[in-house]
Amino acid sequence: MSFELETAPADAGTLRRVAIDPVSRVEGHGKVTILLDEHNKVHQVRLHIVEFRGFERFIQGRPYWEVPVMVQRLCGICPVSHHLAASKALDLIVGATRVTPTADKMRRLMHYGQILQSHALHFFHLSSPDLLFGFDSEVGRRNIVGVAEKYPEIAKKGILLRKYGQEVIRLTAGKRVHGTGAVPGGVNRSLSADERKDLLKDAYQMIAWSREAVHIIKELHQQNPALYDHFGSFRSNFMGMVAPDGSLDLYHGVLRAKDADGSILFDQVDYQTYDRLITEEVKPWSYMKFPYFTAMGPEHGWYKVGPLARVQNCDSIPTPFAEHERLEFVAYAGGKPLHATLAYHWARMVEMLFAAETIKELLQDDDLSGTELMTSGERRREGVGVIEAPRGTLFHHYQVGDDDLVTMANLIVSTTHNNQAMNTAVREVARQYLDGKEITEGLLNHIEVAIRAYDPCLSCATHALGKMPLEVTLVDAEGTELDRKYKA
Amino acid sequence: MNDSFMLDGEEIPFTPGQTVMQAAAAAGKYIPHLCWHPDFAAHGSCKLCTVKIGGRFATSCTVRAAAGQEVENRTDELDARRRTLLQLLFVEGNHFCPSCEKSGDCALQATAYEMGMLTPHFDHFYPDRPVDASHPEVLLEFNRCILCELCVRASREVDGKNVFALAGRGTKSHLIVNSESGRLADTDFAATDRAAEVCPVGVILKKRVGFAVPIGARTYDLQPISAAGGDGTTGRAGDTSAPRKTEAG
Ligand code: SF4
Ligand code: FES
Repeated sequence: MSFELETAPADAGTLRRVAIDPVSRVEGHGKVTILLDEHNKVHQVRLHIVEFRGFERFIQGRPYWEVPVMVQRLCGICPVSHHLAASKALDLIVGATRVTPTADKMRRLMHYGQILQSHALHFFHLSSPDLLFGFDSEVGRRNIVGVAEKYPEIAKKGILLRKYGQEVIRLTAGKRVHGTGAVPGGVNRSLSADERKDLLKDAYQMIAWSREAVHIIKELHQQNPALYDHFGSFRSNFMGMVAPDGSLDLYHGVLRAKDADGSILFDQVDYQTYDRLITEEVKPWSYMKFPYFTAMGPEHGWYKVGPLARVQNCDSIPTPFAEHERLEFVAYAGGKPLHATLAYHWARMVEMLFAAETIKELLQDDDLSGTELMTSGERRREGVGVIEAPRGTLFHHYQVGDDDLVTMANLIVSTTHNNQAMNTAVREVARQYLDGKEITEGLLNHIEVAIRAYDPCLSCATHALGKMPLEVTLVDAEGTELDRKYKA
Repeated sequence: MNDSFMLDGEEIPFTPGQTVMQAAAAAGKYIPHLCWHPDFAAHGSCKLCTVKIGGRFATSCTVRAAAGQEVENRTDELDARRRTLLQLLFVEGNHFCPSCEKSGDCALQATAYEMGMLTPHFDHFYPDRPVDASHPEVLLEFNRCILCELCVRASREVDGKNVFALAGRGTKSHLIVNSESGRLADTDFAATDRAAEVCPVGVILKKRVGFAVPIGARTYDLQPISAAGGDGTTGRAGDTSAPRKTEAG
């Protein structure tokens, strides 16, 4: 716990600020402010996230059927997650409490395609440079190009895994980005037998490569447990969605949360009631809210979401290879939840394997070629849609008037759920590596590595992978700039 | 009697009284247009159909065909001017194609593609035009109106209702609904009206349809507007009531 570092005391005297901006290789744009005192001791750490505040306003006053397409503009990185969460919420508006099997499976396929491509992108393109070369290694090489030179096979598989996921999305959503496949009440297309055969042909290769990816990260863990188990580690609650039988399901299910020791906090919660469960706290220094379990209060009720939470929250994974890997993960953790920040990568790769296996199973299902695409029922005024997006639980909540226009929209995105957790991770790392030491590029990068482990989508900004210049600014408590460092 | 004129070097027959546009459309030749529709009297307002006849500019939807005319249509010069007109239309309204349900069925978007328009070029006006969702069956999304008055003409001439009108002048021109409240629900408008189907862009929309037809399977996804609209129709998806051939006059 490191709440005491959040706000430096008013009488802190002469403080210096180290700002890392932007956080390179994180999707979008973030800024870390480290407030130092005159002895270079960490006084305060804040992760500022430029988030899509105000987007809910854009949606208000729009016809509801436009929303699943519109919300994809929220995020250039996982538009499919917003597309599906919105569609699920709007299913309820049109009275489709249960969509047709074809619609359900088309959406699932789209979703697992998204998980596959997003996890592959994150692991191979964004994280593998740090993990394979070390956090302190030469910056110029610490990118996917460096990986491609030193480990050409790994880089190639990463690129092809991602491409395959994108192809699944293209065929289910209609387009690779900003598709329109899901509509309130169902989908607008199904797959032909040929399309399924084409995708299925490569599915086995994707499973094999995903297994290799799990092994890469598992080995890194086992080779250097001192680093992997302790880097930015801190205890917290977990939350995620599971199928009603407790198995991992990233598309639909009930909410479950565990505490830091792995005991159930709540289970089998219908997500329509999420607003009774979660409160979003506003802090003056950040645009991004801080959600917590209402019953536990802000100090103890915050939690992690995403791969690390999900893999430890479920009782099983319904595909064989991924379940095998989950059991190894659980065994490694030793019967207690693993809270290590870098274990996110391991859990993420287990999920990628789960996605690859699920895609294969879905493609063998003839329902994917069905013709019953849409359904509807008694009109409702309110609906909540939840999905386990690549980065964690994603909530979409809408109210729609009798004139079909949206009157209220509330979204809680994965990165917001993880807000407190990411801040805490950064503080832990700052304490471990920065406190009282010289500020080197390698040390600063440790902070980035911690943030990156959460795979936050910091804004809709896109950037050249690994090429984003890093700017380090040193300013004092009054905001006077003392020093500035650039890295290309 | 059968006369003819030359359109981009091709001989086009016409019957007396036909406009250049009508004759070209009857011959399956595409002259870019937005405010013209075979079922309605020419309006001559969008200027997209401007051609050069004997070296002089003329709106082909209003000018009569005459024997021996030399008409330039798809020249670089004329298409460049059309591009500019389209860019002006795009910045005057709020056209967000990626989330617009008419995307792929929209004549404005399709014509912009056809003319090779890549950027809006001008500063956006970002007008504030609230939607009218009062009618149970039809939504009015004024943000996309290009003031072609096709709905005005259809409601008046076919439906006999006068539901729509243009109000204001110059850049303040805008579409209004003829009811005391200004709301569509307070008119005698019906979803079966011709005016409900005639809008070339995404203003007059049947509710709850949205993206039921996938992007990629829509009118202008399948063929460019020059091919879809070259047979005497406007190539307008949803406008199923439009007869395929035109009458003189
Ligand atoms: S609503 Fe449509 S048909 Fe009517 S004037 Fe505007 S663009 Fe033309
Ligand atoms: S089509 Fe001739 S002026 Fe519009």
